[in-house]
Amino acid sequence: MSLKITGIGLVNMQYARPETAAEASKLLAEARGATRVLAGGTDVLVQLKAGMVEPDLIVDIKKIDGIRSITQEDGGYRVGAAVSGAELGEHAGVVALWPGVVEGFELIGSTQVQGRATMAGNLCNGSPAADSVPGMVAAQAIARIQGPAGTRDCPVADIPVSPGKISLAKGEIITSIFLPARPNHASDAYLRFIPRTEMDIAVASAAVSLVLDGAGVCTSARVALGAVAPTVVLVRGAADCLVGTKLEDSALAALSDACSAACNPIDDKRGTVEFRTQVAGVLAKRAARIAYDRAGGR
Amino acid sequence: MALDSQAKKVFKQVGTRPRRPDGVDKVTGRAMYGADATAPGMLFARVLRSPHAHAVIKSIDASAALAQKGVKAVVTSADFGVPEDLFIRDVQDNCMARGKVLYDGHAVAAVAAVSDAVAKQALKLIKVDYQVLPHVTDVDEAMKPGAPVVQQGRTEENVGPGFSENVTTYCEFGHGDLVAGFAKADRILERSFKTAATHQGYIEPHACLASVTSDGKADLWCCTQGQFHVRNVCAEIMGMESSQLRVTASEIGGGFGGKTTVFIEPVALALSRKTGRPVKMVMSREEVFRATGPTVSSSMDVKIGMTRDGRITAAEAHLRYQGGAFPTGTVTMGGQSAFAAYDLEAVRTYGWNVMTNRPKEAAYRAPGAPMAIYAVESVVDEFCQHFGLDPLDVRLMNAAKKGTRSSYGPTFDAIGLIATLEAAKAHPHYTAPLGPNQGRGLSCGFWFNFGGNTCVTLNVNSDGTIGVTEGNPDIGGSRASISLMAAEELGIPYDKVRTIVADTNSIGYNDITDGSRVTFSVGLATIQSARNAIKVMCARAAKIWGIDEDAVIWEDGAAKPSGPNAGDFEPMTLAEIAAVSAETGGPIAGHHEVNADGAGVSFGVHLADVEVDPETGATKVLRYTVFQDAGRAVHPDYVEGQMQGGAAQGIGWALNEEYIYGKDGRLQNAGFLDYRVPVASDLPNIDTVILEIPNPGHPYGVRGVGETPIVPPLAALSNAVSRAVGVRMHELPMSPPKLLKAMNGKG
Repeated sequence: MSLKITGIGLVNMQYARPETAAEASKLLAEARGATRVLAGGTDVLVQLKAGMVEPDLIVDIKKIDGIRSITQEDGGYRVGAAVSGAELGEHAGVVALWPGVVEGFELIGSTQVQGRATMAGNLCNGSPAADSVPGMVAAQAIARIQGPAGTRDCPVADIPVSPGKISLAKGEIITSIFLPARPNHASDAYLRFIPRTEMDIAVASAAVSLVLDGAGVCTSARVALGAVAPTVVLVRGAADCLVGTKLEDSALAALSDACSAACNPIDDKRGTVEFRTQVAGVLAKRAARIAYDRAGGR
Repeated sequence: MALDSQAKKVFKQVGTRPRRPDGVDKVTGRAMYGADATAPGMLFARVLRSPHAHAVIKSIDASAALAQKGVKAVVTSADFGVPEDLFIRDVQDNCMARGKVLYDGHAVAAVAAVSDAVAKQALKLIKVDYQVLPHVTDVDEAMKPGAPVVQQGRTEENVGPGFSENVTTYCEFGHGDLVAGFAKADRILERSFKTAATHQGYIEPHACLASVTSDGKADLWCCTQGQFHVRNVCAEIMGMESSQLRVTASEIGGGFGGKTTVFIEPVALALSRKTGRPVKMVMSREEVFRATGPTVSSSMDVKIGMTRDGRITAAEAHLRYQGGAFPTGTVTMGGQSAFAAYDLEAVRTYGWNVMTNRPKEAAYRAPGAPMAIYAVESVVDEFCQHFGLDPLDVRLMNAAKKGTRSSYGPTFDAIGLIATLEAAKAHPHYTAPLGPNQGRGLSCGFWFNFGGNTCVTLNVNSDGTIGVTEGNPDIGGSRASISLMAAEELGIPYDKVRTIVADTNSIGYNDITDGSRVTFSVGLATIQSARNAIKVMCARAAKIWGIDEDAVIWEDGAAKPSGPNAGDFEPMTLAEIAAVSAETGGPIAGHHEVNADGAGVSFGVHLADVEVDPETGATKVLRYTVFQDAGRAVHPDYVEGQMQGGAAQGIGWALNEEYIYGKDGRLQNAGFLDYRVPVASDLPNIDTVILEIPNPGHPYGVRGVGETPIVPPLAALSNAVSRAVGVRMHELPMSPPKLLKAMNGKG
């Protein structure tokens, strides 16, 4: 389905609702002027209303076959690009395997927004403060991308380039995000700092994913920080502080320091460099404790 | 009107909690707000706003916009005259910049078109050539000689030398010998404070529909706290006679003082006059933030002397308020209210109003008082910590009471401050245990309240029901309270009365809904209207019975012979008298017109418990109790609602709300995402304790309650934070980055 929306004079915008990913990709590849992909619309519609963008073409991907489903695959889950936060939050399997990813995603917006918002959309909006992205990066999630020449897989960590910019080429769309399998005694957690309790954007955030052995010793870890650099930062040095420990206070202090050291934030209306740097470390420490408990470490 | 002499009067209606009359309409979406008005052939208007904080408008070229299909008219300041009256000129210049833009968001042109989308696009085709000027947004910077001058020639004579032309007015209040007073103190504290500008944050943006006809009449529908004020201002700007401009106030989605002025109505009227079509104009949220009035931001110095047992010996405050790009008078109210809670021998306040390149300040719940009282109550609290004194005992020891010469001049009549403080002291909240990183703070609050011009008509319908017609938009439950007072006076059930807010051609002049005046003033006028209607009904009964009018009394909703000598007649109820009114002289009504005084001040005390996250500086409000003197709570649900709403807004002011400007002088957070009002989950249930110390100036003892509750939260929270983490903040908001930095600095 495609329809032309025209007003008097200046307003001229095309809306398309293809039924296959290949068709969506083709429309975007061949489009001239500005384009926007519409899934939940919780960023696109706000940008339209605020006059920030005036796309010539909007491609609604919600009718693409399979794009709203969650399927089991190789012990992990493939989450369609148009799956909403509310749908993901009610999926017992994903919640059990990747609670940190789900809780990050579910922090976005309000109940109403959760009925529409998608993880892929959150990722493609390109914000360094996106709440679902640190969890996906810590989880080593993989995005499946449909382009004019076919499909490819790309780590979520490689999608954001800079604030508002992503690495997808013209004509490429994300069709699903894969959350991989994980061993026993593994879990994750996400925390963000906002001055309020909800309806806000992260001033700093941290996701921690841990694998423990049977004795509660951390065998591997991934730590990702949000809103403290132009893109989400994977802090390998911080993860190293946890491996081989039972998350004793000294390990957590080292983790916190390593996270703060990895921050490269800005001063803006939402927070200062000093604040973001300090609080990112605090959040990482607290998220690590939660992930450790969830993994059965205590 | 004095308090009724039957002091022990038993109320049957007043003090009950009937269902609110506007509830069904509001929850079902049926209520007609400003943006809901439509008219056949209506055009849609949009406003082009300045991207600069301060600039000369060299030229405006709207030819490309006007050439666009669907665009019907463009107006700029050239479409308006230059009013002689300075107040009117300022309102007009704020609605449409003349010569210079004075702040980011200042209107420079407006378009009317056949659709909102066309109007929006047309704005992009208007070319404005600006010459950008240096700007100033900070109050202390703006006062310095050499600061960029926002408007020239606006300084009043009593402003001394040494300031820039941005300082417009100076004021001074107080009495006693400060030098002698400070000499008696065991310790003197001098502290400086700053508070940020905060917005009223009403849910409903400003909206109006203007329809000017070719024979010079006009109708205007708008959301406002004062349709008569809108009429007077717009009629003068448009060169119309008042009777020809009928203004109807819509249902209102919040005001809090912010809808006591005029921002868009003259522009919509000018577009309607130019096009000959009705014109609708609705502000976006961004426009509301950038171009309507927040409150002032402030810079203040407070000096207080105290004996070690807690007696204040002398107190003074220097208050500097910026109110945006036009002269304002708000510091006067700060100067008057700063020390109002205290009985002082020596007290002085000095105030300066200052212009900056920001939107013109508008009233916000007790305008001018919250920041001044925040500064004073912070210093009093620091004394209590220093001397190890109980903060309620110190306030009780120094409390203003009946007979106190207030710090702003008048001598107080019966007031409720001591009763309120004692209620706080006796409340379980005050002694409840606290955990680690938790602290309890308190503060007094005060507001003058206001009476003013008021006009009410009470119609007795022939079926025995009552229609009350009044002229003040209902922003806090006044329709319910007015109906209750009418029912009380007439002796009939509440649900027999309906109160409506009329347009400017349907009732006499009423002042704006402000100063917490409506339940007091309109209530008073309603009571008198009812008494006048009762007089008529008694006369009708006398006529039916063939007895003297003076021999008839009104009791329990019926006329009765005053005693056995008057005659033996069965009482006639209101409904019975009303049913035969056509045969006894025609319709029955009561009226009252008054410029009411005797509003009666209102004091409050707030207790706040907070917990501060030692690693992030985040402050969580754990428990909150409001104690306030309402004089007489007519509809206690609404009184509690005012107390809770004021506290919620004050908590936002204390913790996160602020206008944030960039170096370019542009507002950076013109939306509810980054202008952070508290959301429901940020707040605990706000407990309320209503005190009733009757106001001697009202027949039932009513005092206004709407404004006082926004005053105490600022200091109550700052004092609580100080006691939780041992760091005293001297700046609001205490947002987490600022508080964490201060906590780090403590070491």
